[in-house]
Amino acid sequence: MGSSKYEVVIGLEVHVQLTTQTKIFCGCSTRFGSAPNSQTCPVCLGLPGALPVLNRKVVEYAIRTGLATHCAIAPRSVFARKNYFYPDLPKGYQISQFELPICEHGHLEIETEDGGPKTIGITRIHMEEDAGKLLHGEGPEAGSSSFVDLNRACTPLLEIVSEPDMRSSDEAIAYLKKLHQIVMYLGVCDGNLEEGSFRCDANVSIRPWGQKEFGTRAELKNINSFRFIKQAIDYEVERQADILDDGGKVVQETRLFDSVTGMTRSMRGKEEAHDYRYFPDPDLVPLVVSPEWVEQVRQELPELPEAKVARFIREFGIPRYDAEVLSADRAMAEYYDATVARHGNGKLCANWVMGEVQRRLNEDGVAISDSPVTPELLAALLGRIDDNTISGKIAKTVFEEMWRSGDAPDKIIEEKGLKQVTDTGAIEQIIDEVIAANLDQVEEYRGGKDKVFGFFVGQVMKASKGKANPAAVNEMLKKKLQG
Amino acid sequence: MELIDKTIHELHRMLIGGEVTSVALTRAFLQRIAETDNRINAFITVCEEQALKDSEAADRLIAEGKADLLTGIPVALKDIFLTAGVRTTCASKILDTFIAPYDGTAVARLKERGAVIVGKLNMDEFAMGSSNENSAFGPVKNPWDTSTVPGGSSGGSAASVAARQAVATLGTDTGGSIRQPASHCGVVGLKPTYGRVSRYGVIAYASSLDQVGPISRDVEDCAILLQAIAGYDPADSTSVDTPVPDYRAGIKDGVKGLKIGLPKEYFIEGLDPEVKAAMEAAIETYRGLGAEFVDVSLPHTDYAVASYYLIATAEASSNLARYDGVRFGVRVDQGRGLIDMFEQTRAAGFGDEVKRRIMLGTYALSSGYYDAYYLKAQKVRTLIRQDFLEAFQAVDVLLTPVAPTPAFGLGEKVSDPLQMYLSDIFTIPVNLAGTCAMSLPCGFSSAGLPIGLQLIGKPFAEQTLLRVGYAFEQATEWHRKKADL
Repeated sequence: MGSSKYEVVIGLEVHVQLTTQTKIFCGCSTRFGSAPNSQTCPVCLGLPGALPVLNRKVVEYAIRTGLATHCAIAPRSVFARKNYFYPDLPKGYQISQFELPICEHGHLEIETEDGGPKTIGITRIHMEEDAGKLLHGEGPEAGSSSFVDLNRACTPLLEIVSEPDMRSSDEAIAYLKKLHQIVMYLGVCDGNLEEGSFRCDANVSIRPWGQKEFGTRAELKNINSFRFIKQAIDYEVERQADILDDGGKVVQETRLFDSVTGMTRSMRGKEEAHDYRYFPDPDLVPLVVSPEWVEQVRQELPELPEAKVARFIREFGIPRYDAEVLSADRAMAEYYDATVARHGNGKLCANWVMGEVQRRLNEDGVAISDSPVTPELLAALLGRIDDNTISGKIAKTVFEEMWRSGDAPDKIIEEKGLKQVTDTGAIEQIIDEVIAANLDQVEEYRGGKDKVFGFFVGQVMKASKGKANPAAVNEMLKKKLQG
Repeated sequence: MELIDKTIHELHRMLIGGEVTSVALTRAFLQRIAETDNRINAFITVCEEQALKDSEAADRLIAEGKADLLTGIPVALKDIFLTAGVRTTCASKILDTFIAPYDGTAVARLKERGAVIVGKLNMDEFAMGSSNENSAFGPVKNPWDTSTVPGGSSGGSAASVAARQAVATLGTDTGGSIRQPASHCGVVGLKPTYGRVSRYGVIAYASSLDQVGPISRDVEDCAILLQAIAGYDPADSTSVDTPVPDYRAGIKDGVKGLKIGLPKEYFIEGLDPEVKAAMEAAIETYRGLGAEFVDVSLPHTDYAVASYYLIATAEASSNLARYDGVRFGVRVDQGRGLIDMFEQTRAAGFGDEVKRRIMLGTYALSSGYYDAYYLKAQKVRTLIRQDFLEAFQAVDVLLTPVAPTPAFGLGEKVSDPLQMYLSDIFTIPVNLAGTCAMSLPCGFSSAGLPIGLQLIGKPFAEQTLLRVGYAFEQATEWHRKKADL
């Protein structure tokens, strides 16, 4: 039975932790992993009398994200208090935005399973502070005690709310990956899902095909990987379909995803839903963003993935597939860009970046920004293929050595004696030796067995330790064999 | 005249003239506190040791010729101001054990100028009240008649000045909390324009209304204190970045040709006849000084108290959420879990009036009621502000009573919150409008209780208020009267 009878409707709320140096309403550091409560002050501890002061950088990041997702930037937006009690929430309220968020009416283009483009609406993007963290049964008095760490309290977040425009878990993933790529490109988020820098809640409902009204939705929380998001949504769709198939009714509730069982379970129902009693925060004046500021941020926006793909195809003549792979990550795209700028052959550079470079990065688990082979060095290496100093095959050996030592290719070629042999005298001598040692094969070749030619090339290259210029070898070998 | 009867400007001259030391002065006030506070209960904490240390430092500054007007002057602070290393309770059990880890901006500015802080003053718990009877540390008594209230919420701030326990004090005014007690205690109190003085380090009651201000013996002292604390503070986003004028400059320029408005909604049936008579006398005084009077109207006055009790309580319900027993202050934990700890802590820590206002405010913000209560109140607030701005098109200042009656008896209104709330009817609209106002002594009732006059100024026109107040003070003797303790 199941889900094929129903259309799936998904809306996503993504929390993006911003990479500003300091918190959204105080000057404390946002660094991850410090000793508990070492990055706190009266403001983020919620001490009596302390007041929030908005971090301008956070607003800039919000505008950046809004512009990259085609949102309208509100000239006037308002911070509001979301009131609820929890030990990790020092003030008893979270400063967020409610009625007047900074960005509204945006959209993103995704690719659906059938390859077609689809537009996903973005309802709003607003700024807010994160809460602290509770540590249970850890620390000096482990056991039944809980401890509060407020280092994360007041860390800046963007909440990006989509329209309920997605119709499958695959579309949801495509949207999330696109959004993830954009915030990484913009440099506003480190994109780390495990550390919670990019968190997602999914609103999932189903309805019989053709029905106009949305079904009752469940809000899925606590999902921290793309794979789990897909799992959680798929599970939830099946669960709701089973309910409807049995003539039941889906209830509106918040459900928690359990990554161990792959299931969702009820966290709280609609009746237990909080009344957050939002109201404008009287400690913060309305945020006014001038058109000049928006324009300035727009000018400073980096080239986004879609534009990069188009440019790589247009200017470097590489296939769309290559352009997309190279643009998936901003650092990789910049690496590629820098390599092409120095070498010029777009396709050769693409092959190497996607091939050798990517392979070694994966093997060593190194970020491309930390690659020991810089774009300059890689371009220098490729230049040595072009000028016949080394063959493509030897280049791979040189690359390995460059990776290991960080040395320039010329130094390695020189020291290891890897320079290609183009001296015809030297090549002729090797060929003569090879022919003399394989007279049977010479007979076969002369008898019309062309395939044996490959054997001779291989023998010559082997004898030259790969350094002989293959074109020269081919030419000379042909002449000698024909006798 | 004794040392403790003198003003800041008088004592400053004595200090720099070598007639007295700050140590001697501080000792005199500490002694006065020790002798009188069992009858007044104005202090929650007396900082004897630190005050003496600070007065020694002040004397050194004076000897080096580096004295500011406030250097060496013993002042006291409402216990709503965070004062580094000093217990700061807000007159609540829930903060009984709270030692402030930092100085609020106003406190820091006083300290920078060498003022000597002799102690922390009693108040209504979390500044919620009009009689100072809502204190976890017991009510403050009015020095003029200890069977009456001193007013609130800055009751300790006004009573201690009247009782000569400090030269001057700081209070806060959310809905009349500086002006009404100043009026009831026969001293001068000024509520600056919202945004003029930083709220950083002031425990919040209603953030959009709270404002810090001085209480003093005379208008000139008020100007000196305001000068010290006023000005933009990057730590308070609602503080306003406009230049601070010299508040004493032009203070003696008089009121000739000045237009004073009399809002008809403030001279109503039910106004105490003695208060009314005092107002009429004050009007005559000003006329004699050359001021002109104009009848004006503030048509939305009737809605002010109701709007105030929606906005202030709504903000308070949220501001007071941080007192949950988790990080500071009192915790009541019976080992029955988190929610229980929150509930028990707050049940035990807050007094009745605070609980009442938290409930009111929570209700006003609740889903389904927000539009009808909070949002409506905000709209009324805008109308009230417009009333004032319109009236100020025609006049320079407004003159009104501070309170409908002189100080009432202790316990008289405790059981009738609504009656209590109405005692702030003339002061609340000023907070809603966000403008400035001053209370100054203008007479006494037949029972010997002070009566106060309120001057309301245009936004950021504190200078005008001080000039108008100073002129009245020069023409009258009310501020020289001394409570007999």
